[in-house]
Amino acid sequence: MNSHVKSELIFDKSRNGRRAFAQAPNAVKASKIPSKLMRNDKPRLPEVSEPQTVRHFTRLSQLNFSIDTQFYPLGSCTMKHNPRACNALALLPEFAGRHPLGPISHGQGFMSCMFELQEMLKDVTGMKGVSLTPMAGAQGELAGVAMIKAYHEARGDHERTEIICPDAAHGTNPATAMMCGCQVVEVPTGPEGDIDFDALKLAVGPKTAGIMLTNPSTLGVFERRIKDVADLIHGAGGLLYYDGANLNAILGKVRPGDMDFDVIHMNLHKTFSTPHGGGGPGSGAVGVNDRLLPFMPIPIVGSKQVEGKTLYDWLSEDDLPQSIGRLSGFMGNAGVLLRAYVYMRMLGCDGMKRVSEFATLNANYLSSKLQEAGFELAFPARRASHEFIVTLKHEARSLNLTAMDFAKALLDKNYHAPTTYFPLLVPECLLIEPTETESKETLDNFVTAMIEIATAAKKGVEFKDAPYTMPVRRLDDVKAARQLDLAYQPE
Amino acid sequence: MNEIPRDLFYTKEHEWLRCEDGGIVTIGITDHAQAALGDLVYVELPEIGQDIDEAGEMAVVESVKAASDVYSPISGRVLTVNEELADVPEKINSDPYGDGWIVRMKPMNNIDESRLMSPDSYQQFINDLED
Repeated sequence: MNSHVKSELIFDKSRNGRRAFAQAPNAVKASKIPSKLMRNDKPRLPEVSEPQTVRHFTRLSQLNFSIDTQFYPLGSCTMKHNPRACNALALLPEFAGRHPLGPISHGQGFMSCMFELQEMLKDVTGMKGVSLTPMAGAQGELAGVAMIKAYHEARGDHERTEIICPDAAHGTNPATAMMCGCQVVEVPTGPEGDIDFDALKLAVGPKTAGIMLTNPSTLGVFERRIKDVADLIHGAGGLLYYDGANLNAILGKVRPGDMDFDVIHMNLHKTFSTPHGGGGPGSGAVGVNDRLLPFMPIPIVGSKQVEGKTLYDWLSEDDLPQSIGRLSGFMGNAGVLLRAYVYMRMLGCDGMKRVSEFATLNANYLSSKLQEAGFELAFPARRASHEFIVTLKHEARSLNLTAMDFAKALLDKNYHAPTTYFPLLVPECLLIEPTETESKETLDNFVTAMIEIATAAKKGVEFKDAPYTMPVRRLDDVKAARQLDLAYQPE
Repeated sequence: MNEIPRDLFYTKEHEWLRCEDGGIVTIGITDHAQAALGDLVYVELPEIGQDIDEAGEMAVVESVKAASDVYSPISGRVLTVNEELADVPEKINSDPYGDGWIVRMKPMNNIDESRLMSPDSYQQFINDLED
């Protein structure tokens, strides 16, 4: 690694017998575990003191590029600012200390929050039922397609095994369809970024189980013929799945339920404020319309009136015998759900609209400024949704400045790189999503940085080795992929 | 850049096809395809003896940017596969029309040349894509 920071592993600091819990009672002596069940060899864990641990991880966090330190316009990821109030309230000791197996009567506050979160999500998506149990977006997708399958099978419609995905779809969509035992039928995109409707007509048939759509699509444009698409699919007996990846663009403005979608997954960690991007805890809550209500994953929070009081309880297999089943032991990731609840309560209905209005305004402002500066938009005829695509195919050809070079050069300008080379349909592309939480000054400065890089390249400056100022330099992504080495094995 | 040999047939999915002696064909992906994909890191090959339909999935090529299906330009049976690609996928990058070949097939029927592209039409097809 051509790094100018010496990266010491925490294992390098390890010394035999050193401990971080000097104040803790001796755990071994207090143990009632029979000695024959005790392990003889030490686990392979670093033996370090508490300050060593704190310094190690604080230092790592300082090397990190994050939304808390830099502008992070990573398209399709909605890296927006997460209000600190969401963290603070989700971490109230009464929430954080609650045991999931504690008596239900002791957790009525938490349960009421979850019930209200279900109701608010129904409202903002236009769906009839919501289950919060999927632990992440991918699991939400799995739940969604599993429900579509369960619906067809419950009707004895066993021949419906095809899921249609546009070629602009997130890779997770076809992957989910395959995981659910379906075949994927790919449909091309027209010149202005909408689905190719004529090709869709040919793809639809008696085997169609459903279609998976992201709207606005990963191309950053709204699917204008969504009503026709819905009529076509429903007319053929299929269902419509809404991938909530780009929900930030339409929040409070257009509802997937009103667009006639049958099922939707929402990335609560993305749209509703949880720090994300590192594979940490997420939430892929699913919403359904009437058709799919019986198949929702459990548990779901139900409410009933007992002697004039509202009591909340978990709905289980007994309440939903046709459910696709349990996707998590309890209610998904409670902390993420609480953050989403607080965030939605803080925004209210009006605030929800402001999210999408400012997300869209910022994206359109940024795209016009970049276009004025000479960058080519992939879909110049279309208004951007909350994100847009710049294609650097001319720069790549005439200046040998690829999208990857550009992305790395941006790091040296102290901006996180936008998404590169996705969607795959657009050559040498940057997918840019500024989000609603950035100021005009930040956007203007970003445009300036983009212009500076392009200008320097025209004068002959090379960016093949960028970044120059980061803790690690240009990584060998080919070697990393060909010689995967993920596990640390101490000597 | 974008070498297009004169003695091959091409497809819109950027595969090439060479008619060899004995009625067999060799198939690979074009220079344009390897350049667009970037450095390849993995190639999934079909089974020897496998029957593949025209436009059916024949192989998968994966680069640092993307994973992409390779479709068979014809219907036929797989006779041999380029086993070396399993360890050295970059052969497709360095020599897409030579050492980077992917499969040899026995065509099911006579090859219908009207369903394939000539070098000139493939060149035109790429030019249109890049505009």
